[in-house]
Amino acid sequence: MPSHEFTLDDLRRILRDGAGADEAADLDGDIADTDFESLGYESLAMLETGGRIEREFDITLDDDALTDSRTPRELIEAVNALLVPAEIG
Amino acid sequence: MSASRVRVAVTGLGVVAPNGLGAEAYWAATRKGSSGIGRISRFVPDQYPSQLAGEIEGFEAAEHLPGRLLPQTDRMTQLALVAADWAFEDAAVRPGELPEFEMGVITASSSGGFEFGQRELQALWSQGSRYVSAYQSFAWFYAVNSGQISIRNGMRGPSGVVVSDQAGGLDAVAQARRQIRKGTRLVMSGAVDASICPWGWVAQMASNRLSTNNDPERAYLPFDAAASGHVAGEGGALLVLEELEQARARGAKQIYGEIAGYGSTLDPRPGSGRPSGLRKAVELALADAGATPRDIDVVFADAAAIPELDRIEAAAITEVFGARAVPVTAPKTMTGRLYSGAAPLDLAAAFLAMRDGVIPPSIGVSPAPEHDLDLVVGQERTAAVRSALVIARGHGGFNSAVVVRAAA
Amino acid sequence: MSGPYGRRVVITGIGVTAPGGVGAKNFWSLLSDGRTATRRISSFDPSPFRSQVAAEVDFDTELLGLGAQEVRRMDRAAQFAVVTAREAVADSGLEFDSLDPHRTGVTIGSAVGATMGLDEEYRTVSDSGRLELVDHEYAVPHLYNYLVPSSFAAEVAWAVGAEGPTTVVSTGCTSGLDAVGYAAELIREGSADVMVAGAADAPISPITVACFDAIKATTSHNDDPQHASRPFDGTRNGFVLGEGSAVFVLEELDSARRRGAHVYAEIAGYATRSNAFHMTGLRPDGREMAEAIRVALDEARLAPQAVDYVNAHGSGTKQNDRHETAAFKRSLGEHAYAVPVSSIKSMVGHSLGAIGSIEIAASALAMENNVVPPTANLHTPDPECDLDYVPLTARDWRTDAVLSVGSGFGGFQSAMVLARPDRRAA
Repeated sequence: MPSHEFTLDDLRRILRDGAGADEAADLDGDIADTDFESLGYESLAMLETGGRIEREFDITLDDDALTDSRTPRELIEAVNALLVPAEIG
Repeated sequence: MSASRVRVAVTGLGVVAPNGLGAEAYWAATRKGSSGIGRISRFVPDQYPSQLAGEIEGFEAAEHLPGRLLPQTDRMTQLALVAADWAFEDAAVRPGELPEFEMGVITASSSGGFEFGQRELQALWSQGSRYVSAYQSFAWFYAVNSGQISIRNGMRGPSGVVVSDQAGGLDAVAQARRQIRKGTRLVMSGAVDASICPWGWVAQMASNRLSTNNDPERAYLPFDAAASGHVAGEGGALLVLEELEQARARGAKQIYGEIAGYGSTLDPRPGSGRPSGLRKAVELALADAGATPRDIDVVFADAAAIPELDRIEAAAITEVFGARAVPVTAPKTMTGRLYSGAAPLDLAAAFLAMRDGVIPPSIGVSPAPEHDLDLVVGQERTAAVRSALVIARGHGGFNSAVVVRAAA
Repeated sequence: MSGPYGRRVVITGIGVTAPGGVGAKNFWSLLSDGRTATRRISSFDPSPFRSQVAAEVDFDTELLGLGAQEVRRMDRAAQFAVVTAREAVADSGLEFDSLDPHRTGVTIGSAVGATMGLDEEYRTVSDSGRLELVDHEYAVPHLYNYLVPSSFAAEVAWAVGAEGPTTVVSTGCTSGLDAVGYAAELIREGSADVMVAGAADAPISPITVACFDAIKATTSHNDDPQHASRPFDGTRNGFVLGEGSAVFVLEELDSARRRGAHVYAEIAGYATRSNAFHMTGLRPDGREMAEAIRVALDEARLAPQAVDYVNAHGSGTKQNDRHETAAFKRSLGEHAYAVPVSSIKSMVGHSLGAIGSIEIAASALAMENNVVPPTANLHTPDPECDLDYVPLTARDWRTDAVLSVGSGFGGFQSAMVLARPDRRAA
């Protein structure tokens, strides 16, 4: 699926659909720099999230991209880094 | 004290049944003869020969469980988690307050999270392997309910999962009793099954045991001359089992009774000419309980509603107890057969029958005279119930029987 | 363990169907040679998948004596179980016809049941995923036996003539240990005299490969299939899926001795615990596995120092290898550094629910031969895994007591102690 950019709203939607939302976390708040772990998402939730991003944006995240991205900002950057070159090419 | 003398009590019930959510709602409906069987609503069943089921209505998992758990769990796991919560609540046990290695979870399963599995199989074959969920690796498998219940409640003691079709619900409770006898403080045991999805339905119909009569009042008639198969349902029960003296010592709110005896056999290979092992399973359970047939006040029958299987069960009961010598009932005529969830639900009904001094009815059935059973039909019967026998049989010839009795 | 009931349980017959050769003899020769049976998946085209290697069984149903009807109605895993049970029964020398059938039971472990049959049949009735309302007209008559895998235990019971307590035990990847532990308990408490107990799984199907791909649990070493399973090695990156079965004849010790049976080992202790932590994740401290080991040793009345060999779970995922190493140190203390520890999954892959029983077979055969099988493919150990993992080649080693462990999804951690029945108690 062609897409210009992967945004925080995309991530929020995918997290909710794929991994649900922790009652204690406010996903709609300013979460860009909040650890995924404090938002209630552990490795399995991140794998599901990663799989959904890969399918929707037709990219392949390498194994470390998911584990190295500790916050939404880092993950969004990692995803967009894969999207932009594809658009230029 | 020798391990076989350790007495194991049931102190909490968590019920999710087609005719009632929660033990008291289920019991009130069951006493009244109120059925949960109806036309399937979860998918359009028009194209299938069997169109009735015992579906649980009004269950909203999100009202009971954390949002993070929902995407990774099949419906049967959501039901089981809630039933376990209710069983703890009923027992007035807060799992966090007990030593973690002294609590276990032992459940039975028949088909795992089959609805979840259908969705992922569909994703795999219609879209490709990348579309399979990260949760598929465990959400459908048979061990998922024991695993999720242990995680939710911090239970780190001996756990387990058995699969023996509909007999499994009793096998799980027997295994729970074994663990308590070996020193485990508390075990959550029982089963919840649900596979009312098209793929599960087609697989169930392959047994040739589902009724194709689509009139809810005539579809599932065990021990009736018109018996023509069963209606399948979803749900079951989870029970809190504790060592009796420790339950008393903590001042348990109620002790429903004891798991007093258990017996299990498998029928011989089809065509061997040897007799069914059902009677033997019943005799083993009685012997294990140190009970005589006269001690048993009611039999909760397996009630297959397949003429040959009804004949075998009626014969086993009359051979052990005598003709029309013990009241027999099948409240599962109101829920359908719940696979591994069926027998734990019957155990719950047996304990509630003991508490209230009533035998719940079997509904819709006109007992065929040749079975020679005193079947409690139409409405409940007042009776002092001190001890009950629960029978469960599974496809493939599995026979299990449990004797429960009031904890004197 | 004589336990509270005074009865002791021994293994008197062994059957194995494993990758690299059917039959216990071929299995042991593979292990003692340190050969691997992993290869590129051949039963379907694995190219769309992340992980493309597996340890497959070359299983000739006709040669192994299965009838056409048996093959038709049974999933591959059930076929494994039946063939393997027949081998165990023959090996035991026990005349099953002379037994009381109600005192003879069956327990078969399986993590994923008839997953292969279900995957195939789903494709048919759904028209390859096109139909949500799948078509019952295309369903095979035995589909119900795939839906509810207790059919595996019934098939084995029918094959051996057992009519006593019979069930499938399904606790994910510890099923193979738990099924044997369950059966031993039935003999000990007096509910049965003989149990045919073991496990079988045949999970190498597209749905299973895809679901492990999704969580990156399986290896991506597709370029070197024979060396893809690398437990405890720094280069490992996931397990290699396997398939197979091992089945045992279990008897009460005194009656086995009376009939002059060959006794491989006593099931001396067994315990299972849950981590109550995560469905797939493990805490690095190994606490619950250590507790299972402690209780199993306690039941066996053996001190940690009495363990001569540890048959590890050793799946070859980073989290497992570290979790397990921590559990050994926690439960065995200093002895963890002295005792040989190895993972046969390096050779036969990880057959989910079956592997626990296959590893019991390996443990019993290690005692029988006084040889410890190696961990193949272990060239550069993970620095955090610092025990003696018996790299590459088998070792001659006097083995009187073995600890075999398993760890699986759902958080289950199980441990079993096998020992010579005439050992001295601690």
